[in-house]
Amino acid sequence: MPANRFNGFTDYGVGIGLRVPHYQHILSRKPVVDWFEIISENYMIDGGRPLQVLDQILDQYRVVQHGVSMYFGSAEKLNREHLRRLKALVKRTKTPWLSDHLCWGSVDGRYTHDLLPMPYTFEAARITAAKIRQVQDCVEVPVAVENVSSYAEFHLSEMTEWEFLNEVAEGADCGILLDVNNIYVSSRNHSFDPYDYVNSVPAERVAQIHIAGHSKYQKYILDTHDHPVIDPVWKLYERALQRVGPTATLLEWDDNIPSFDEVHGEALKATRFLAAAATAALAQAI
Amino acid sequence: MKLVTLQRRMARAVMTPLTRTERMRPRTAAGGSMRAEAATFIKPNDRLTSFERLEIYNRQYWFRLLSSMIEDFAGLQAVLGSERFEQLCYAYLTDCPSRSFTLRNLGSQLTTWLKKHPRWLGAQPVLALDMCRLEWAHIEAFDGPEAPALAPEDLAEPGRPDFRLHLQPHLQLLSLQYPVDDLALAINDSAGDNSAAASNAVGERRKQRRVQAVARMKPRPIFLAVYRLENSVYYRRLQREEYALLAAVRRGLPLERCLVSAFRGSAMPAEDRPAAIEEWFHNLSLLGLFCRQPEDPDLRP
Repeated sequence: MPANRFNGFTDYGVGIGLRVPHYQHILSRKPVVDWFEIISENYMIDGGRPLQVLDQILDQYRVVQHGVSMYFGSAEKLNREHLRRLKALVKRTKTPWLSDHLCWGSVDGRYTHDLLPMPYTFEAARITAAKIRQVQDCVEVPVAVENVSSYAEFHLSEMTEWEFLNEVAEGADCGILLDVNNIYVSSRNHSFDPYDYVNSVPAERVAQIHIAGHSKYQKYILDTHDHPVIDPVWKLYERALQRVGPTATLLEWDDNIPSFDEVHGEALKATRFLAAAATAALAQAI
Repeated sequence: MKLVTLQRRMARAVMTPLTRTERMRPRTAAGGSMRAEAATFIKPNDRLTSFERLEIYNRQYWFRLLSSMIEDFAGLQAVLGSERFEQLCYAYLTDCPSRSFTLRNLGSQLTTWLKKHPRWLGAQPVLALDMCRLEWAHIEAFDGPEAPALAPEDLAEPGRPDFRLHLQPHLQLLSLQYPVDDLALAINDSAGDNSAAASNAVGERRKQRRVQAVARMKPRPIFLAVYRLENSVYYRRLQREEYALLAAVRRGLPLERCLVSAFRGSAMPAEDRPAAIEEWFHNLSLLGLFCRQPEDPDLRP
């Protein structure tokens, strides 16, 4: 299960996001890290320090690209300049797969720079799947689509979020980046059972898993990536691994970023769950 | 409702400026009820109304964009003051919403927009505009393209009448009236001191003192090169003639005409000019600011 066509038949372990405050530590200490995830848009530039650091990282580590603004779910056409730069970066990093979100964020050429929620309609699924296919055809690596945290639901919706995810993934024949923290956050905001979601995901399409922390407010939970992972999210992660097998896992920590060692240490808590999943998979095979 | 219609309506609401207390406005831009508008497409739940759910996205949008503007234009914020700068950002981003997939380009229209809307420039409009231009130049220099530096073999026929030089695409040339380069560095230093020891209020007062000191200066021509060297951005003051030379090179004029441009109206004694030219070319070459003709046609002058 872990290596599949949606993650380029790779078998990556536990990674963390490459973030500016950690550049110096990584380049000088060269810590052992299974892989780094980069935010594609941060490196879709013409020159300067970010690209120099990226090249140094690429010399020593495996890197996977994660995008934040392709907006598969926007009704408008794909941004050709964005695609051109993404393809150039794919050639540079040799990422075995890339991911972006199941959301929208731009309309009529105006960008919100946010991950806005989709209405779960068949029209939206068709449009989204078609755009994911276009991106896959252009970049020539597998694309995995990530479920987002959401704070609103639409009257228009015709299905659940997980049914929508499956509809899109089938229609696009793409992979899934399963964010178990986002499932937890949305389940609390929209009062559904997160295990219904995890149990419904097509296991064979899961290319990667995200874990993260969030912030709890009085009436809702916000996906802030500024805390350690909480126990209920680890339990959801454990269940996800039972279904999909040991899968490349990444901890996201984007705000109030602590030291590299703290972030990496938090991420490595996943190894216990991955080992258990690997043992279970082996026992099943025997 | 079609997907595109829903997205247009939601984007319109999300991009509506917040109130002074950072809440979603009760009225839409067209004067209708925002509560009614939110209820037409967003479901309420047992804890939040449709309006409150939409408001989460409205606030996130503005917090993210304002934060990006503050990061990119900290000097302009110091010159104008935080409150005026925030109101400027609301007005600018309402007129010029982002049309790029990256926040890096959020301020790309700000200088042009400010020239058309000078009322936002405050009591020191020339100083504010100079700072804005410097801060955008810094962004362009930070991650702009870099072409291979000019090598001696590229200078086979410098005496040819149509011989042209090319400047690094990341090099930005500015003609200013206030020493905003020094001011920007001082403001950055204040921010550093602030995080280390002093309170926000102390840091703000220190910034304001520095801004006022520059604002009291008499405007005078300042010529500046903003460029990247070994992945750091530098500011370098230029002589008027050196600036004119580089501006002519950037316009793509033959070297002969660039040299004529450099000394048009110059008070520099004729006997000093050969040594000055030699020094400029020596320094600019050391910094790698002359390059081969960029291959990308978009980068050519």
